[in-house]
Amino acid sequence: MATEFHNLQELRHSASLANKVFIQRDYSEGTVCKFQTKFPSELDSRIEKTLFEDTVKTLNNYYAEAEKIGGHSYLEGCLACITAYLIFLCMETRYEKVLKKISRYIQEQNEKIYAPRGLLITDPIERGMRVIEISIYEDRGSSGSSSGSSTTSSSGR
Amino acid sequence: MHLGMDEPRECQYNQICTHNSSSPAETPHSKKRKVKRKWQVFPGRNKFYCDGRIMMAKQTGVFYLTMVLILVTSGLFFAFDCPFLASNLTPAIPAIGGVLFFFVMGMLLRASFSDPGVLPRATPDEAADVERQIDANGASGPGYRPPPRTREVLINGQTVKLKYCFTCKIFRPPRASHCSLCDNCVERFDHHCPWVGNCVGKRNYRFFYLFILSLSFLTIFIFAFVITHVILRSNRTGFLSALKDSPASVLEVVVCFFSVWSIVGLSGFHTYLISSNQTTNEDIKGSWSSKRGKDNYNPYSHGNILTNCCAALCGPLPPSLIDRRGFVEPDAPQPAAQSNGTNMCPTTQLQSHMCHQDQCIQSTKFVLQAATTPLLHAQPVLLGGAPVLQPKPSVGGPCSALGPGQPSLPSLPSSIPGLSCGGEVLALHDSESHCHHHIHHQHFISPEETPCAAHLGHHVPLYDPASQDSLHEDSVRGLVKLSSV
Repeated sequence: MATEFHNLQELRHSASLANKVFIQRDYSEGTVCKFQTKFPSELDSRIEKTLFEDTVKTLNNYYAEAEKIGGHSYLEGCLACITAYLIFLCMETRYEKVLKKISRYIQEQNEKIYAPRGLLITDPIERGMRVIEISIYEDRGSSGSSSGSSTTSSSGR
Repeated sequence: MHLGMDEPRECQYNQICTHNSSSPAETPHSKKRKVKRKWQVFPGRNKFYCDGRIMMAKQTGVFYLTMVLILVTSGLFFAFDCPFLASNLTPAIPAIGGVLFFFVMGMLLRASFSDPGVLPRATPDEAADVERQIDANGASGPGYRPPPRTREVLINGQTVKLKYCFTCKIFRPPRASHCSLCDNCVERFDHHCPWVGNCVGKRNYRFFYLFILSLSFLTIFIFAFVITHVILRSNRTGFLSALKDSPASVLEVVVCFFSVWSIVGLSGFHTYLISSNQTTNEDIKGSWSSKRGKDNYNPYSHGNILTNCCAALCGPLPPSLIDRRGFVEPDAPQPAAQSNGTNMCPTTQLQSHMCHQDQCIQSTKFVLQAATTPLLHAQPVLLGGAPVLQPKPSVGGPCSALGPGQPSLPSLPSSIPGLSCGGEVLALHDSESHCHHHIHHQHFISPEETPCAAHLGHHVPLYDPASQDSLHEDSVRGLVKLSSV
């Protein structure tokens, strides 16, 4: 897997950015961080709808977990208030822990699913949690080999 | 035919391989150049101290007044009243006073110095995408054309209008508002508080609330015990001699008396806001008041007062979205394709948090560009953010003369202060006029929608002079031609 990814990286070098798709926020439940699961038409030929929806739903679940108001967050909040928020000098907030999980998840998704299809997901935190930016790469020269790699990855599924 | 095309491509690929050995050598060289932190190129009108750790509004005069008032009053209390009270009543009084005082200061500093929840401005790609969507929607309406720069969303059954921010080039999330003083969009914008020297938004609202709550307790505490002190003394020695013995008490009583009304009133008002999960902004505009309509209700409220309070005060604290202390990528400013290309803001947006893959692509593009330099110009120029090329023309739509459309003030780079933690002491001239932020709420809250046209022609030379940017532009065009071969 590591060598396959390395080859995909080199393939990327000869690829050029064709387009960027932005998945917008879904505000139907308020200001909680949630992204729309509507499948953009630009990705129609690139990736299966179910894979994309799975990714976005998992991300939405992670964000919901980060922003969940419950026993754990109250405890953290009260503890922080009592220590005049100094406790955060040595401890990470729950939100930050979940964000780290999210970036690991996105990296894993990129390696396994999106890069073989010539796509790249940018972590929403780098775009102010406003959009999920998906970069679409056009691999003009070696499109034959890229489709070959995607077939190997699909057979590996 | 495909195979035929592959061959020249593979030759180029081989060329890249051999040049790769030179690219690592290049990156340390470029890193030797002064690398800037993101706060240094931040487009808003904020001041940063301690190398980006502290973030405040531009006008901080009233904040220093707040500090002085609290420090002087508390200091006088501890110096003049506490010894008498500790010996005659109980030493718990200075102890409790001390705890209250430290809590007040801690909350004040936390509210003043932290990021209120500033939304970073849109990257050029994002802005272009939004513009395309707006144009598409606008063109589709046959008869009635709605105002193009709003989006309607349904939140928990209530229709909420999302407005487009011309400065930040984003559709503001619900409850966000653009602060005209700081020139930033702030999430869950409450108000801009000159006493605290910062906006009050999602990330520092609880600190602000705890500050005013504890300050009201402290004020009442000091007021009560100074009165007690004077009464006890005048029982022994008479009223006038009591005042002569501790003259500081008079000053403390005066300050506390005048402060207590406004601070306690403000605490009460914000307690109401928290329990109904509204912002000052929404309350003043009457967004969720029943007067607007029978079915008008607050869609963000959790239903009961306790949950609302807990959510506001003990809920999870989201991290800062602007990454003040991150490093700006050492490549040249991204908006090379723009006509002016002098503004650093798009670079900040685009080059922030570059992942490893992007860096690979960056260095590869640099190598390609270096290889083609003799064809274009004599002077090799670093190319940054090259993958983003296509959407540029549409970004220039309504603001054709302005490049990336980030209308920050022309004096922005020079106004960012030195890295002294002490900060600057500003003259109080026009801050004084904002004494009661209650009264001036309307002024602070109403978003200043300055269209791009107002900022035409602002020239902010930061990294390179304009001539270098045209070189960037040409080299980018050259690469586009190369990659299309």
